[in-house]
Amino acid sequence: MNQPSLENAAHPEKLRRIVIEPLSRVEGHGKVTLLLDEQGHVEQARLHIVEFRAFEKFIQGRPYWEVPVMVQRLCGICPVSHNLAACNALDQVLGAVVTPTAEKMRRLMHYGQILQSHALHFFHLSSPDLLFGFDSDAARRNIVGVAEAFPEIARQGVLLRRFGQEVIRHTAGKRIHGTGSVPGGVNKNLSLAERDELLVDVEQTIAWSRDSVQIVRRLFEQNLGLYRSFATFATSTLGLVRSDGAMDLYDGGLRARDAAGHDLFDHAPYSRYWERITEDVKAWSYMKFPYFKELGAEEGWYRVGPLTRVTQCDFIPTPLAELERREFMAFDEGRAARSTLGFHWARMIEMLHAAESIRDLLHDPDLQGTDLMAKGERQPRGVGVIEAPRGTLIHHYRVDEQDQVVRANLIVSTTHNNQAMNVAIREVARRYLDGRTLTEGLLNHIEVAVRAFDPCLSCATHAVGKMPLAVELLEADGTVADSRRRG
Amino acid sequence: MTVAPTLVLAVGNPSCGDDAVGPLLADRLLAANLPGVEVLVEFQLQVEHALDLQARERVIFVDACVDAEAPYVERTVVADAGFAHTSHSLLPAQVLETYRRITGSEPPQALLFGVRAHSFELGAGLSPDTESATKAAWPRLLELCGG
Repeated sequence: MNQPSLENAAHPEKLRRIVIEPLSRVEGHGKVTLLLDEQGHVEQARLHIVEFRAFEKFIQGRPYWEVPVMVQRLCGICPVSHNLAACNALDQVLGAVVTPTAEKMRRLMHYGQILQSHALHFFHLSSPDLLFGFDSDAARRNIVGVAEAFPEIARQGVLLRRFGQEVIRHTAGKRIHGTGSVPGGVNKNLSLAERDELLVDVEQTIAWSRDSVQIVRRLFEQNLGLYRSFATFATSTLGLVRSDGAMDLYDGGLRARDAAGHDLFDHAPYSRYWERITEDVKAWSYMKFPYFKELGAEEGWYRVGPLTRVTQCDFIPTPLAELERREFMAFDEGRAARSTLGFHWARMIEMLHAAESIRDLLHDPDLQGTDLMAKGERQPRGVGVIEAPRGTLIHHYRVDEQDQVVRANLIVSTTHNNQAMNVAIREVARRYLDGRTLTEGLLNHIEVAVRAFDPCLSCATHAVGKMPLAVELLEADGTVADSRRRG
Repeated sequence: MTVAPTLVLAVGNPSCGDDAVGPLLADRLLAANLPGVEVLVEFQLQVEHALDLQARERVIFVDACVDAEAPYVERTVVADAGFAHTSHSLLPAQVLETYRRITGSEPPQALLFGVRAHSFELGAGLSPDTESATKAAWPRLLELCGG
């Protein structure tokens, strides 16, 4: 018998409503609502995006050369990813094939971003749930608790993140608002002094990254039943791969597979992504729902990000990460690689790949090259796609003859994962919450499922006092029956 | 390498309405080139900023603040050992606590200099009220930094 989808309740007006708003350790303005009947059975579960971010309007009308800096302000979490996707798109507008030095500088910057973002997510945001348990004491289930119980892990998390930030600083020119990458190339190379400074810590970074993979593996071994099944579901997937099938987080062709693992398309050029992907809208969310055209809106949704990339590539082109990928794919007869909590394992494998890639690039003399910019024949349109820390990121621009951006379309990683995250919370609601007295620990299961995707629901706005977590239990008539806040 | 005894950590997104207050005041401090003061600008506070506090005597967090009395507030910040949940960004007290945890020593004296903020729309400039608050706040921030 098919289970109800839990997307739309038949009679929502008769149901109790629980709101988790905003999600803790998830950026910004999202909330989860659960509708329960009188027996506490879950009738509807939705992840909503409650704020509309007019990315495209922000960019349209600007001269194209401002765009790589402006788009960094879309997201305080991964500004480098937006910067690089924009530059890749605008390279095409300039008709430029970037020089080896420019491409390698950008790659180095990108791997720095991947490393620091993944370190933050695992050590700071997810490790408290994973190390202490999803429904352990909430007062301890945080980074301070981790620092008390596992001080070395907490310290390594901070230092890994700092190393990634230093890679970004040396390649982008600044900590934030970097101008290192520009349309047509880069405006700086890596000096020998900068290279040597990064080389001091790179081997330690690789060693810690490798240890981090083992931490997640041990967590799987110790909690196999839970990790195998938690919020797990079959899904189509999308990501970039290199021409030889290798993982490539910076460039490549689009590979998509259906929920059974069969190719839908492979090495498809991303410059015409709209022939493969389109977006649905739903009245209850500001965030769109992308899907594969050939499967339709109902069946064509998919998942992006570390778990997809690690499982979808044919191999990882750095030796330690490839070794770990093989272990991951084989673990528990392949179940870990299909589980939602496998995101954490995959993320750490990618962090290791990023660390190895940084080391390899630092030994590449092209980074000291002086041929930084390229030119070509001007084109009216450019599409840039990279694999950002959270998944596939698409930037698409049309630029007129006066150098003004007249159309912009962005599909960010979290948007690709919109339906997948909704399915994940419905799986959790069905399995852990249905018919039970709801506690903070049980509600945290919902957040654990969402956090596995590491969504970035809003961006960059964070002012003091703006980010409490409120959990409200409302009666069917909207009155608040109970509430809790944590900040 | 010696570091400036006072660190100003200004936080905010210049393209998100009143969130620009931190970077805007940081620009003015950088232009003032005050001795003994280092100014860093960030989109948001993160764990690694704890490392920027090392060997400092004092840190001033400059930020937009939605729960401040207009035009600005000065709040002493102490490490918060009890913070339970966070997002991708940290609060100043959490940065101090992270410092304690990773260094095993007490963080420098810390102050939050918060300017009253109202709106945070992408692409918007400062709201009129926050623009006024920023004007009022600047002389005091300069004074705090020894200018």
